[in-house]
Amino acid sequence: MAVIAGTDSTGRKIRWTLLDIVVVVYALVPVLWILSLSFKTPETLNDGNFIPRAWTLENYRLIFQTPEFVRALANSIGIALIATAIAVVLGTMAAYAIARLDFPGKRVLVGVSLLIAMFPQVALVSPLFEIERSLGLFNTWPGLILPYITFSLPLAIYTLSAFFREIPWELEKAAKMDGATPGQAFRRVIAPLAAPGVFTTAILVFIFCWNDFLFAISLTSTEASRTVPAALSFFTGASQFEDPTGTISAAAVVITIPIIVFVLFFQRRIVAGLTSGAVKG
Amino acid sequence: MSEASQLSAENVAGASATARGVRGGSAGSTGSARRAKPVLSEGKKAERRLGLLLCAPAALVMIAVTGWPIIYSVWLSLQRFDLRFPDQREFVGLDNYITVLSSPYWWTAFGVTALLTVVSVVLELVLGMALALIMHRTIVGRGLVRTVALIPYGIVTVVAAFSWYYAWTPGTGYLANLVGPDTALLTERLPALAIIVSAEVWKTTPFMALLLMAGLALVPDDLLKAAAMDGASAWQRFTRVMVPVMKPAILVALLFRTLDAFRIFDNIFVLTSGAQDTASVSMQTYNNLIKGLNLGVGSTMSVLIFITVAIIAFVFVKVFGTAAPGSDQGGRR
Amino acid sequence: MAEIVLDKVTKRYPDGALAVSEVDIEIADGEFIILVGPSGCGKSTTLNMIAGLEDITSGELRIGGKRMNEQAPKDRDIAMVFQSYALYPHMTVRENMAFPLRLAKVDNATVEKKVTEAAKILDLTQHLDRKPSNLSGGQRQRVAMGRAIVRNPKAFLMDEPLSNLDAKLRVQMRTSVSRLQKQLGTTTIYVTHDQTEAMTLGDRVVVMRGGVVQQVGAPQALYDHPANLFVAGFIGSPSMNFVPGTIENDTLRTVLGDVPLTGRIAGLLAKANAPREVIMGVRPEHFEDAHLLDEPTRDRGVVFEGQVDVLESMGADKYAYFSLHGEQAASEELAELAADAGSAEVTASGIELVTRLSAASSVAEGATAKIWFDNDKVQVFDPSDGRNLTYAGR
Repeated sequence: MAVIAGTDSTGRKIRWTLLDIVVVVYALVPVLWILSLSFKTPETLNDGNFIPRAWTLENYRLIFQTPEFVRALANSIGIALIATAIAVVLGTMAAYAIARLDFPGKRVLVGVSLLIAMFPQVALVSPLFEIERSLGLFNTWPGLILPYITFSLPLAIYTLSAFFREIPWELEKAAKMDGATPGQAFRRVIAPLAAPGVFTTAILVFIFCWNDFLFAISLTSTEASRTVPAALSFFTGASQFEDPTGTISAAAVVITIPIIVFVLFFQRRIVAGLTSGAVKG
Repeated sequence: MSEASQLSAENVAGASATARGVRGGSAGSTGSARRAKPVLSEGKKAERRLGLLLCAPAALVMIAVTGWPIIYSVWLSLQRFDLRFPDQREFVGLDNYITVLSSPYWWTAFGVTALLTVVSVVLELVLGMALALIMHRTIVGRGLVRTVALIPYGIVTVVAAFSWYYAWTPGTGYLANLVGPDTALLTERLPALAIIVSAEVWKTTPFMALLLMAGLALVPDDLLKAAAMDGASAWQRFTRVMVPVMKPAILVALLFRTLDAFRIFDNIFVLTSGAQDTASVSMQTYNNLIKGLNLGVGSTMSVLIFITVAIIAFVFVKVFGTAAPGSDQGGRR
Repeated sequence: MAEIVLDKVTKRYPDGALAVSEVDIEIADGEFIILVGPSGCGKSTTLNMIAGLEDITSGELRIGGKRMNEQAPKDRDIAMVFQSYALYPHMTVRENMAFPLRLAKVDNATVEKKVTEAAKILDLTQHLDRKPSNLSGGQRQRVAMGRAIVRNPKAFLMDEPLSNLDAKLRVQMRTSVSRLQKQLGTTTIYVTHDQTEAMTLGDRVVVMRGGVVQQVGAPQALYDHPANLFVAGFIGSPSMNFVPGTIENDTLRTVLGDVPLTGRIAGLLAKANAPREVIMGVRPEHFEDAHLLDEPTRDRGVVFEGQVDVLESMGADKYAYFSLHGEQAASEELAELAADAGSAEVTASGIELVTRLSAASSVAEGATAKIWFDNDKVQVFDPSDGRNLTYAGR
């Protein structure tokens, strides 16, 4: 907590290093535990050891031979990608308008999306369940994609409009003066500057869709559209007589990998995205 | 702001006076200009059209997927509607509300949810502030700390819940073995609630910390230096300078997390399935709806949750004056 | 190359606010003209209308004899330098400067040649492959200039291009902007709120206030013969001193003593139909330490006594400040000037007087000094509408 910038004394470095280690342990222990479980053999599974005594890849082999899981993984990937793509496109359009244009109803739109961001999703489950059943959307991909788009749109709109506001719009004027048509100004000047923001938003929205459990478990009934988080909770192991702990852990690790990859490669962007939309003015 | 507008008013008023003296006839009808009816130029109209056009798809989706179902759920909540007995569907007025509000299950769930929300948000605020300070000020491995801290935020809640579940499963878990081989803490009410809180806190503290870190970034270093020169200790600098400056960020973070915590579902579903009276209101609604297939009662609970959340948001915004994020005009710069 | 004509150009916003009112300016080919005024005076709006970035509500804009009101910016063939420079952050210096040429579909060899040329003129050759974020403020400013000059436009528009630079660099860049404009001979319209830039750079200066042109003329003409209080107070640093006065017969009674009106001034006042209550304006350099003057000179002017408040020795000369008892000269225009300078609240009591004396003067801080001023150099203004009653017309 030293505020006055002094010399980087070793003592201070050691103190900070210790604090850093506490954070690392805090964040990683539950992840490492599930990783450890996924590598345990059936015999050592219930020994309660944090580090496996015997290592095996058997759980991973089994999980990829389980049709329910493979199907759920495909559902998860497909649904999350489609929902992300649509939400980002719609969100970009709306955020551009909010950050850049003056039109009636702007405040209402911002207010409504804020409401949705804070909305208790479970309150929508009952009516959506009934509406989707009557429209034939229940237990289909679109039946999950639609609520995912809806609930990630506020996130997308906030993050993107925060990014759009950072773009110095004098550049657009400058491009016009340099002889660009509005289309050229957008393509060659604004779009390249907005791309990082759009990309960041896509990651955040994907994480949101990838994570969802409540809709996934309420609006699906079979493996036709069940995503991994929902499938996990119904998972009983490769065969009836087997303890599912190992395979569930392996499945859990598999769906954690994309998240870890995003976090490792785009830490800076994710932090910027999460914080820029939240605290402004 | 007001100064500027005063100034411009003066400008216009003065303009006619000056122009008379200097430029002969160039001062025209300045006086009447202000009264002129606002006429939208072509460009302005086109801008409005484009704005509406760009927002329309997003607005339509959001309204179609939330607006209509909300109205529909209010309608459903006024009916007796059990999918197992579809023939008995009829309009019953507020009967469902009486049933739910006089049910001990509902109030237990409500109490559990409120307890979990308050305890976990308070813990998250304390831990989140500590984490935010570490991420913001550490002089070693800042990138590493920030990266690692994002993992709990990103990880699928169900995955994290399974990790905690197995950790506390007797025999299997490293934590269960610490407290003794034969105690199944997840089957006892209070310990189970504590475990649910810890799972929730672990997962969401980083998000809280990130929001707080954004607030920390708004505290100018010079301000802290000035406070140190004025003789404030580290703790005083924190409570007297940092916290007041960060207050808006803290309130936003609290609002976000409170509303989010109130809808707790995933962790409870995996850890206890709501056994031993550990169900939250979301859990109860889900049970009535998907397991019990009772749409009438399920919808009633949905409406009640919605009202509760609206009250919480109202209290935050009106009583604490939390600035809703993005509620600024956001006009062009 | 082209002449630019603004013919009763007016900008009225949808909410009815009048930003620019009937501006008439004829800018000759190759001329360097400055639009100057306090913030909110409509100078930037005028520039944006010439650029095509804002619509013209009424009136006509002609460039090279052709009506331009409806043309998109890209079809007007004019280049603009922005206050923030507006460099494209994702492009290198080279790409930034080449951008207008690429849009105009100029062939690669010509682009290369023109960019190299411009970089040479602006001393940017070794920075061509860097991104704007790695450049200093002065370098960024030069890139912005470079982007404007590569395509030989009909005119340059500059919107406070130097105001983001620190004071020393600003003086330096001022000279190079001036030299560059002379070298290229391109018609240039330059917007600034800094009267020093206006005085030093332009062939002619347009002073604006509240959307209305106050006066157009060569810098020296504006300085010597301001059309009204606003121009008198705005042009010149330190600015002109204003004191209230009353005309009685051929004498102007002020706190600085009775000023006998010279025949020239009395004639102008009579012709202008001057009221009794007026404001007298005297520039700081028209004062002198009375001790340094011989008798005949001293007798030609007015001498007053005052206690020196603050004395600033600048080396070449001395500035002596006085606080005199009495009412400040009051007028809307003076109030606006004070607000623009940020001194509205500071000088609340009495009259502040700034005098520029020779370095040889022996006046001392805190001591009483005898100060002389030339009564033929005073200007007399009408407080009700600000017009200069001694304005000979020009």
